[in-house]
Amino acid sequence: MSLRPDLQLVADLVPDGSSVLDLGCGDGALLDELIRNRSCTGWGVELSDDGFYGCLARGVPVVQGDIDRGLEDVEVDEVDIVIISETIQALRRPELALMEIRRVAQRGVVSLPNFGHWRLRLELALRGRMPSSKELPNPWHSTPNIHLCTLSDFEALAGACGLRIVKRIELDERHGVASGLAKLRPNLFAAGAVYLLERP
Amino acid sequence: MTTESGAIGLVETQRAVLFDEASPLVLSSGRELSPVEVAYETYGTLSPERDNVVVICHALTGDANAAGHHGDTDRRGWWDNIIGPGRPVDTDRFFVVCPNLLGGCQGTTGPSSIDPRTGKAYGLRFPAITVRDLVTVHRKLLAHLGVERPLAVLGGSLGGMQALQWALDFPSEVQGAALVCSTARLTAQNIAFSAVAREAIMRDPDFNGGDFYGEEKGPALGLALARMTAHITYLSEEAMRQKFGRRRQDPAAPAANPDEPESDFDVDFEVESYLRHQGSTFLDRFDANTYLYFSRMMDRFDPFSEPEVFGHLKDLKTKFLLVSFDSDWRFDSNHSRDIQRQLARAGIPVSFREIESPWGHDSFLLEIPDYHRTVATFFDNLWRERQS
Repeated sequence: MSLRPDLQLVADLVPDGSSVLDLGCGDGALLDELIRNRSCTGWGVELSDDGFYGCLARGVPVVQGDIDRGLEDVEVDEVDIVIISETIQALRRPELALMEIRRVAQRGVVSLPNFGHWRLRLELALRGRMPSSKELPNPWHSTPNIHLCTLSDFEALAGACGLRIVKRIELDERHGVASGLAKLRPNLFAAGAVYLLERP
Repeated sequence: MTTESGAIGLVETQRAVLFDEASPLVLSSGRELSPVEVAYETYGTLSPERDNVVVICHALTGDANAAGHHGDTDRRGWWDNIIGPGRPVDTDRFFVVCPNLLGGCQGTTGPSSIDPRTGKAYGLRFPAITVRDLVTVHRKLLAHLGVERPLAVLGGSLGGMQALQWALDFPSEVQGAALVCSTARLTAQNIAFSAVAREAIMRDPDFNGGDFYGEEKGPALGLALARMTAHITYLSEEAMRQKFGRRRQDPAAPAANPDEPESDFDVDFEVESYLRHQGSTFLDRFDANTYLYFSRMMDRFDPFSEPEVFGHLKDLKTKFLLVSFDSDWRFDSNHSRDIQRQLARAGIPVSFREIESPWGHDSFLLEIPDYHRTVATFFDNLWRERQS
């Protein structure tokens, strides 16, 4: 089974043999790839029952828990890299998650959808209603994505949390690597991005 | 063995002498013990490769009859709901072995067994035992059954402590260890409750320094009190509220003790009658000295404090599952969280889930859907990885 293209991009940013903490790990597909094929160790944190059972069924180590409560029992520098994949927009306290990356690891990988994408901007401008897309399909009142932001917003928050952006990979609307305009003006033309962050 | 729908049928407890004078059991204290006989039961079929063995480790007051029945279908094994065809520990797949623990009183050698040197029961002359010694005997039982290593070890409470010790001491032997509401270290409060139970037994006027076997009276009062105190810690406040509330005993019911005149302090509330019942039925099946040995052994269990354990951790191949219950206050979720932290920090694959349940520590014996599905999923993965 092949990984979703954006998860593949995330996996490629994790050096082989790393110890990994995947926050909001879903059904564990990414960790499965990292542990099975890239000799990584580590575990995931997942709130949903479905995700938890999915991990357990694959044999991926998982702790059921709420990232918004912080990771107080994970020690300083305990892992090499923290992953937050398509999860940060669903957290109540995204800044806490970024601060925790900085505390427990040297590096972090964060992927997120871009609310500044031109199609969403246009929809808001023309229809005057909260936009929806393939990544953000739910109406405003029932979406789990309560902290939507643009790529520029995210970069500002990462900086404020003391994380340096080592690399940014712009995504197209099919979760693949974007090209052309999206590289030139990502905040307007990328559907999302994967960031490699580092504690300076 | 006959199979009913999803349940194991009639089973028999078997016995084996695993250590004798020629090859005694060497305890972790260095002392030797022989003979050592073990009572155990098995369910399911051993695979030709002998690689489908699941060892069930019982808790403080359990026995070898984990599943199935001995003739009375209403009296089923203490973990019957989790072991059986199509159940989380699926006997269509696994060969399940459940021994009574060393030091126990349900068929395995313990303080109530005859000391061959004196011809009398050991009593308190039985050597001190550790969780490590329990594992030594479990492994010897597997060897006796022609099994080199278990696929998995599963236990609740003290049972989980054995699973943990086994995995830590033999880092490449156990593929999966599942610990339910267990602990790697008792807290001061846990030890305090152990102390009250022991005091109740030892201060009983009929305790007689542990030599009460064959006497007219034993420390029945003390043992019943120990059981009553412990039982309070096995249930949550909410469980007791739901089970008994403040309901009174039926006033027309006969007095609990017909020999004594009625007083205002006889059993009045239902919870009192329940505890008294728990205390008195316990006497028929449990030995006061075993209670002392097991509770002391649990107090002293602290495997992560041993310096050599960290050498073992780097070679540890076991996958762990930890389950706790949110209303358990005997071994609350922090005990499991602590084990998760110790193992994950060493890079060992460990999964952990706290299950919602109002029933306290005793939840591990109940059929709670999220709990059973979690155990089933873990065992299903072990089964599939074994096949691949």
